[in-house]
Amino acid sequence: MALTSSESCGAESGQGPAGLPFDWPAEGVTRVPFQVFSDPEIYKLEQERIFRGPVWHFLCLELDLKETGDYRTSFIGDTPIIVVRDREGAINGMVNRCAHKGALVCHKERGNAKALSCLYHSWTYDLKGQLMGLAFRDGVRGKGGMPGDFSTKDHRLQPIRTAVFAGMVFGTFSDETPDVETFFGSEMCKILKRNFSKPVKLLGYHSQVIHNNWKLYAENVRDAYHATLLHTFYTTFKINRLDMDGGIRITDAAKPWHHLSFAKRATLEAAEEYKTAEVHSAAYENRLSGPELIEAWEEFDDGITHSIQALFPTLTIQFTLNSLAVRWFTPRGVDKTELFWMYLGYEDDSEAEARMRVMQSNLTGAAGLVSLEDGCINEFVQRGTRGSGQSANAFMEMGGKTVESSEGSRATEVAIRGFWTGYREIMGFA
Amino acid sequence: MNRSASVLDPAVRARVTDFLVDYAHAIDDDRLEEWPGFFTDDALYHITTRESAEADLPIGIMHCTGRGMLEDRIKALRTANVFEPHTYCHLLGATRLTDRGDGVLEARTNFTVTRTMQDGGGEAFAIGKYLDEIVVDGDAIAIRSRRVILESRRVDVLLVIPL
Ligand code: FES
Ligand SMILES: [Fe+2]
Repeated sequence: MALTSSESCGAESGQGPAGLPFDWPAEGVTRVPFQVFSDPEIYKLEQERIFRGPVWHFLCLELDLKETGDYRTSFIGDTPIIVVRDREGAINGMVNRCAHKGALVCHKERGNAKALSCLYHSWTYDLKGQLMGLAFRDGVRGKGGMPGDFSTKDHRLQPIRTAVFAGMVFGTFSDETPDVETFFGSEMCKILKRNFSKPVKLLGYHSQVIHNNWKLYAENVRDAYHATLLHTFYTTFKINRLDMDGGIRITDAAKPWHHLSFAKRATLEAAEEYKTAEVHSAAYENRLSGPELIEAWEEFDDGITHSIQALFPTLTIQFTLNSLAVRWFTPRGVDKTELFWMYLGYEDDSEAEARMRVMQSNLTGAAGLVSLEDGCINEFVQRGTRGSGQSANAFMEMGGKTVESSEGSRATEVAIRGFWTGYREIMGFA
Repeated sequence: MNRSASVLDPAVRARVTDFLVDYAHAIDDDRLEEWPGFFTDDALYHITTRESAEADLPIGIMHCTGRGMLEDRIKALRTANVFEPHTYCHLLGATRLTDRGDGVLEARTNFTVTRTMQDGGGEAFAIGKYLDEIVVDGDAIAIRSRRVILESRRVDVLLVIPL
């Protein structure tokens, strides 16, 4: 698609793409300029090109919107969004910004409403976002009121396109975004459908504020290289090691932005590398005193016991052992990100299955035994890259220099290179 | 039963409140190996949020059943988990104790836990309440169930040291 330069950034010749004062290194996606993690101008441009661009963004779970009038508020980047189920059963998305003076129309995170009414001056919208009426339209005692040419038809909440897929509601500002299945690719959709093959229920949720640019977390969830090195707990208890049969599947969609990382626990053959390498994570060989923590059962017949699926730009679905969770993160400024953990089970879970999902939830989340490190490690990059100037870059050639599926190996940074391929293209940082 | 009318032996009350203070000080003083010892063998320790508790959702932020899982948390913290060094300081509110009459006391204690990082930065990290079931058996006191209900559903950076 044609990308136009942001006015706020000014496209002057002699500068980098989009008028920004940097050039992407010639080595391509094996390098990432550290500047992209801290530059407020780039952050602004991301809002326009990625968050308001031709991308499907996670908004909420469909189970948040069961009944007519159920709504919930969300964000696409900085922009506040309302998602609501209307009388016809359709799910509508719109910007949570009153057409009068811009106040939030819904100020609660969730609720049920017959109509959406702004508190400030009572402009009231139907569940599709169309203005229905407003207070004192004809004035008071014949004085004041709106001019004769005012029509409610001319005013509404700004709509966005929405789509429901695999129990999740997505939204996009752009008419150019292809349908969800084309956007994610058929292979990614197959595994989404597998994970959401039965009605799900919410088992719990919380959020975590991490003090780093949102793209560092986007990299982090695509970083199969770090998973078993930083998260010692994984290897010790043989939940996920790089010597298990597994791999990285890059989407078959037109753009290589999404991926699936998976492992099969039954296939573990302890590799020499873990024993001989100076791997911090191999040193810890104690047994659990409370082994019920990782009690699990094989839920699917494809043998995959561990999967992390990252969908561009800010959505991750995890199925680690039996712990199904939607992780969604959203920028809260150039160096701050909020990460939401939504834990799911199936409505037909037996008591024992439900209990195991609760136990396994200890593995992830803000206090997760195999995830809590990510709360600080990305901040360490944010802090480490401060003052790096305009020529310092990350170096990512693990598993080669290309972006293609890596069956049989997860000692690779291929999925991160996939992310940056998408990022550069959509940002115009060619 | 009118709970507020039940009379609790002042000596027991004093011992239980000392016990709850000792729990907080053991964590604040980094004597984390002592932490599982404040619980019964089959204890429940559950950290969740006010929203999740009100919605009766089973998954919170941390969930341990049995002292073994509590010990594993400390073992993991000491040897496996990686995080920036920090310390807690518990500020406990007054404990409301209710004698259930079957050897179990119910207790509610509000708390604020500050977290101080190695660079000197500090803040109120966790605010909430403990909802406890405490077993008093002769001289022995132990927590049978501690539900830690955080006011906020948002955790700053990470939670690794228990509350
Ligand atoms: S800002 Fe919403 S009615 Fe005035
Ligand atoms: Fe990680």
